[in-house]
Amino acid sequence: MRDVMSEAQEQTKKRAKRREYVDPDLRKYGTTAPEQSYEDDPHRLSDDMKRRMLGAGVMLDETGARSGTFIQVDQTPVHVSSVQDGVELLAVRDALAKYDWLSDYWWRAVDSGADEYTASVDKANANGYFMRALPGQKTMLPLQACLYLGTEGLAQNVHNIIIAEEDSELHIITGCTTGPETESGLHLGVSEFYVRKGAKLTFTMVHNWQAGIAVRPRTGVIVEEGATFLNNYVIMQPVQDIQTNPKVWCVGRGATASFNSVIAGHPGGRIDVGSRVFLEAPESRTEIVSRAIVNGGEIIARGYIEGNAADVKGHLECRGLILNEGGIIHAVPELRGAVAGIDLYHEAAVGKIAEEEVQYLMARGLTRDEATSTIVRGFLHVDIEGLPDALNAELQKAIDSSENDLM
Amino acid sequence: MDEVMLSVRDLHVEVGDVEILHGVDLDIRYGETAALFGPNGSGKSTLLMTLMGFPKYVITRGSIEFKGQDVTTLSVDQRARMGMGMSFQRPPIVRGVKTRDMVLACLRREASESEIRDMAATAGLSDFLDRDVNYGFSGGELKRSELLQLMAQNPDFVLLDEPESGVDLVNIAVIGELINKLLQKEVRIRERHHAGLIITHTGQVLDYVSARTGYVLIDGVITCTGDPQEILTTIKQNGYEECCRCVM
Repeated sequence: MRDVMSEAQEQTKKRAKRREYVDPDLRKYGTTAPEQSYEDDPHRLSDDMKRRMLGAGVMLDETGARSGTFIQVDQTPVHVSSVQDGVELLAVRDALAKYDWLSDYWWRAVDSGADEYTASVDKANANGYFMRALPGQKTMLPLQACLYLGTEGLAQNVHNIIIAEEDSELHIITGCTTGPETESGLHLGVSEFYVRKGAKLTFTMVHNWQAGIAVRPRTGVIVEEGATFLNNYVIMQPVQDIQTNPKVWCVGRGATASFNSVIAGHPGGRIDVGSRVFLEAPESRTEIVSRAIVNGGEIIARGYIEGNAADVKGHLECRGLILNEGGIIHAVPELRGAVAGIDLYHEAAVGKIAEEEVQYLMARGLTRDEATSTIVRGFLHVDIEGLPDALNAELQKAIDSSENDLM
Repeated sequence: MDEVMLSVRDLHVEVGDVEILHGVDLDIRYGETAALFGPNGSGKSTLLMTLMGFPKYVITRGSIEFKGQDVTTLSVDQRARMGMGMSFQRPPIVRGVKTRDMVLACLRREASESEIRDMAATAGLSDFLDRDVNYGFSGGELKRSELLQLMAQNPDFVLLDEPESGVDLVNIAVIGELINKLLQKEVRIRERHHAGLIITHTGQVLDYVSARTGYVLIDGVITCTGDPQEILTTIKQNGYEECCRCVM
């Protein structure tokens, strides 16, 4: 019995050692990048850039499906355009110069002193995008933004502000990617969202990094009365290391926040993602759904819901699928209720593909590989309520196109 | 047609090192529908799962020949592509995979939306195409979903594991119609190609689907072969004790 125990303890130590992790050291990354020239027509960017951006959902050859486009390469916005009345799209530094009131939103939803990465973005006077839907303006075509890390070894600093004014509707796709030759780098992205009374904001982010890139997004969201914030996050390609845990405050009665994440882990990578939602107002609601799949590396899928007001509802669902040995999924669902009359619950499941399901599909004539692929595709399929059909289809396409890399 | 489609000889099958089938012999001809009776735990589902080729059911002796080819060692998907299909008694839920995707996978070819919709309508499942396979389905819906998939797969030989269990009387009639389609009952006997083996506890499905041969399986051995209606009447009157006596 003692031998069995000591062996188990030894294995536990080994696993803990494997999980030991050191945050990226800012000093190892450069802060200056070559100046980029402005490009009036994004179609004229290099084919390599466009291909990488397309892999992150940013379309530059068919911009008819978008109401505006923002592209930042390293530290510099290189293209900003908008074709939609009632929607503003600017480089955030230009917006700060244009609107005095914008300083009230600057570092309000995210604390600049939260950690060394937010401090770095603050210190760098980072640029980024400013998106704003004017009151009552509802637009179905999404704005798109690309944050492109092109310089080897660079710490890219980005600071974005997004405001959906009262009773507006705004859809955004953001693609984050690197140059095809960029092997290492650090992306530091601060995003502050303000969803005003009765507004609806959907934000779909696709990450298309490379195996040597570290990523530290820092996000804060404030959702007012009767407003809806819908966040979709997809990462299917290899990455060295991501750590992000967006915070959302539902501060108005009936405010809603939803998160859908589809995360694929690859050998050597570490993805630590989650969402923290604070239900501060009566009848506010949230749903956090994540699908994690690994063929190597480690995924930590977090979720935290805190109910601090009457009649709030929260649902947290983490499902993980381990495709083969060597992959780790660590689901961390947390609920905290501070008042009576709240309704919070969670579901978490981590496992392998059920052999019974594989055999069932094989009995219909599918080979084992076809059956497995069908089940994986189904696992990664997330029906997102509230997202326009075209965007839903694009999101699923981004997932499907990378699915084969997992198998 | 008198030519044999499925021939089973001296089939011994183990599940988890326990022998369940102790030497089953069975012949099913092209165009023939056979019914398989037997008490709970007699090995009926084991026989069907073994014929379909599920790896949990280990053949330790004997052989299965299908359409003139020894399939004893073939995998479940190989047998399916040769023309075997099965309706499960308790099919698993496959989350995320839509019924529409499953129908398409069974078809193994391109199909128009209208073709899929027509098939779903035939099975009374028009509103189920965008639902996850078997997720939240009632007993009748599960069985109809199984038969919808089989219609898409269009197998030559159909294994049906208790198609009427958990199904109300109205649904049994619909299920009977679907099985008749699968078994080409609308075609004259001489021209009929498809064959089937149906497990039935109650025999209710036989009110809608005519079977030519009945088998009784008790304790892993076929104890009786004959007219299915006669066998059913005997079982209803005397229980399986009579069948047990037959084998003594």
